[in-house]
Amino acid sequence: MTAANMFLDAAAEAGYYALFGRSSGPQIRGGEAAALVRLGVEPITSVDDTFDIMLAIDWQGVQRFAAELPLSKNSLVICDPSAGDVPEVYVKTGAKIVHLHMKDLAKEIPGGRPNMIALGAVAELIGIPVGPLTEVLGKSLKKKRADAYEASVAGVKAGAAAAATLGGSKRLAAAKAKDAKRWTVTGNYGAGLGAIRGGVRFCAAYPITPATEVLEYLASALPKVGGVFVQAEDELASINMCLGASYGGEASITSTAGPGLSLMTEGLGLAVASETPVVVVDVQRVGPSTGIATKCEQSDLNIAVYGLHGDAPHLVVAPNSVGDCIFTTQWGVYLAESLQTACLVMSDQALGQSRAIIDAPADVAFVGKRLAAVAPAEGEVFKRYANTASGISPMPIPGQPGCQYTSDGLEHTETGTPSSQSSDHTLQLDKRQRKLTNFDYGNHWATIEGEGDIAVITWGSCTGAAREAVERARADGVKAKLISLRLISPIRPQHMADALKGVKKILVVEQSHQGQFTRYLRGEYDLPAKPESLSRSGPLPMRPGEIHARLLSMGK
Amino acid sequence: MTSCESTATYTAKDFKSEVKPVWCPGCGDYAVLSSITKAFADLGLAPHQTSVVSGIGCSSRIPAYTNTYGIHSIHGRALAVGQGLKLGRPDLTVLVAGGDGDGFSIGGNHFLHACRRNVDITYIVMDNRVYGMTKGQPSPTTESDWDASAMAPPGGTGMTPFHPLAIALASGANFIARGFSGDPNGTAQIIAEAIKHPGFSFVAIMSPCITFREEQRDWKNTMRNVNIEPTTDPAQAARRLMTDDGFNCGILYRGDRPAYGKEKKATNAVSDLDREFTL
Repeated sequence: MTAANMFLDAAAEAGYYALFGRSSGPQIRGGEAAALVRLGVEPITSVDDTFDIMLAIDWQGVQRFAAELPLSKNSLVICDPSAGDVPEVYVKTGAKIVHLHMKDLAKEIPGGRPNMIALGAVAELIGIPVGPLTEVLGKSLKKKRADAYEASVAGVKAGAAAAATLGGSKRLAAAKAKDAKRWTVTGNYGAGLGAIRGGVRFCAAYPITPATEVLEYLASALPKVGGVFVQAEDELASINMCLGASYGGEASITSTAGPGLSLMTEGLGLAVASETPVVVVDVQRVGPSTGIATKCEQSDLNIAVYGLHGDAPHLVVAPNSVGDCIFTTQWGVYLAESLQTACLVMSDQALGQSRAIIDAPADVAFVGKRLAAVAPAEGEVFKRYANTASGISPMPIPGQPGCQYTSDGLEHTETGTPSSQSSDHTLQLDKRQRKLTNFDYGNHWATIEGEGDIAVITWGSCTGAAREAVERARADGVKAKLISLRLISPIRPQHMADALKGVKKILVVEQSHQGQFTRYLRGEYDLPAKPESLSRSGPLPMRPGEIHARLLSMGK
Repeated sequence: MTSCESTATYTAKDFKSEVKPVWCPGCGDYAVLSSITKAFADLGLAPHQTSVVSGIGCSSRIPAYTNTYGIHSIHGRALAVGQGLKLGRPDLTVLVAGGDGDGFSIGGNHFLHACRRNVDITYIVMDNRVYGMTKGQPSPTTESDWDASAMAPPGGTGMTPFHPLAIALASGANFIARGFSGDPNGTAQIIAEAIKHPGFSFVAIMSPCITFREEQRDWKNTMRNVNIEPTTDPAQAARRLMTDDGFNCGILYRGDRPAYGKEKKATNAVSDLDREFTL
């Protein structure tokens, strides 16, 4: 992982874009792991169908990764002969297998390590010069450990020299000059940054894979901007601490994954009923129950949209790339604060734990702001839950004289007094629904690209693969448009109808065994045609080739 | 952050709302409500600078009966909500109130961690050793052999009653007191001391439920004000609490651990955070 991070940095230094996902088992630290890197001269938002190069330092636990490391006969496998025979699963791919004596070469360098030999070798094969590599090594090692820096540079050079004699070059197209405005970010850190950009100053959270990096980021970043981070005792405390802080006027966020989201649903209901803004970033992993903690699926959709008891309209949004985790989380905070309700940001493991080189994100102006209350005239009662035309009621911040009220999860009157009257219940239900339905979400409800009489509708991390499939299909003469939903709930019937104008066939792409997204679309939207569903479980990422093949058959 | 320096002084009445309580006639919680509003007034607080947070249950209805910023949240989560409010808004006076079922059963884990964390809030539990709102089931503080209700198992639960004060001490609470709703003035004094105490303060108030536990009418004869000097020694406090018969009222322990939470002070602009991601 260390070498892969350095590799990514060097590629970025050389002007390439990159996407770096990781695959590991449930081990705590160390153990076998695979670093999956894709480079290109344009921004990358998807894995590819196969890898061009697989470099195996050893073959430990290899069966575990075989399905995640698809190779073809055009692939190159570089391995150390001292690690033993190449496992059958890779031999039968027909990939070219070459030997590199990584361990022996490392031994010739005082303090040398095989991973640096590997790093130099791969860089040489794809055409990243030694310059950017030593630059990166310098940044991470020079100040702290001069000897390690020198050993690493020597290792990288030795690896590059050895690889030059291997044959089977996989040279990348030349990168454009490095743009000074590029960023490197993971989806989880991006979500944390987006939250702060949106105005969040309070986070209470409980660690859970693969969402932990969101709280890890906020724990260090929030205090810098005058915010507060609390590690709560559990998810129930997390969401309810956020509700307390939010009631006090602080935009609040928590992050979790499926099992934690289950625990938070009661608190989310309180947010809806009491009209208290709160944002939850759910970094989806394989479910149900503990599922597969370190790997991706998009199967929390049902609980996100329908998991609250009662009629509980709330916001569900989803980022559709690593970089978009920044924007969508910021937007989610803005929506939650504007509409005084819960907003779920449905990230997923493939977005959250992948690191990408991206163009610097725009510093967008969405900062959450609540409709401020005015104290009532003498003798009048303050109506916290006033039945306004927009459905949004002015919300006071404690400390404001004259606006004292009790925020309540019980059904209540406009003043907040508990009520079991059907008229109060209907009025408040109407109000909570109306504010969500009537709000202007602008063009951010979806990312729409291309034109064609086939529409690919998708969400989350499947978007990158779908985009690539649409591009490939276009080259084959099959024209499709991509619709990636960012606003999952509430629905936007008119926007969807406009986007689907002229569309004759629909393909819904998602990573869920039950086809949750397909069912959701069919249940909530009037679609011009019965959609085909390309839906399968995780944890293997959706690959462009699967979608491309389906598009070609639909285009016949 | 909004704050309003007020020169006006408020009376207990200013802290009461117009909402009529749902409590049964004779419920001890009426007196606790009066003690709370009296404590706020005695401390010179203003309604808009105070907040009362609760969970679910009879006593958790209390925020609606006060004219403060209140939150009537969900079962067992009042302490989480209250700590979040205080950490977000250190300038507010935050009082968390509820019952024994809410606080010690469904909310038990939050109770332990609130004692440990030591956020500057005051937690009042109106303990009547029964679930009143659901009509008379045993609670965590109910005596193990209590079976005088059709809702209780024959022969009782057989479980040792939860000892809130001893558990608070073991969990790190720094202010531990017991009050009795039959002595509203004494209880108001304890609440005022608890609010003044920096960090987490815990006040268990014995508050009879004569609807489901008729025999608690007798508490007025058994509760006593001990007027002892609060100890600062946890070992002595442990002895005091573990030999206690449950009827001694007063401040029983007062430690000096600093309250949780750092001063909120921005050292960076939001745009400074971008640097970490820029290549």
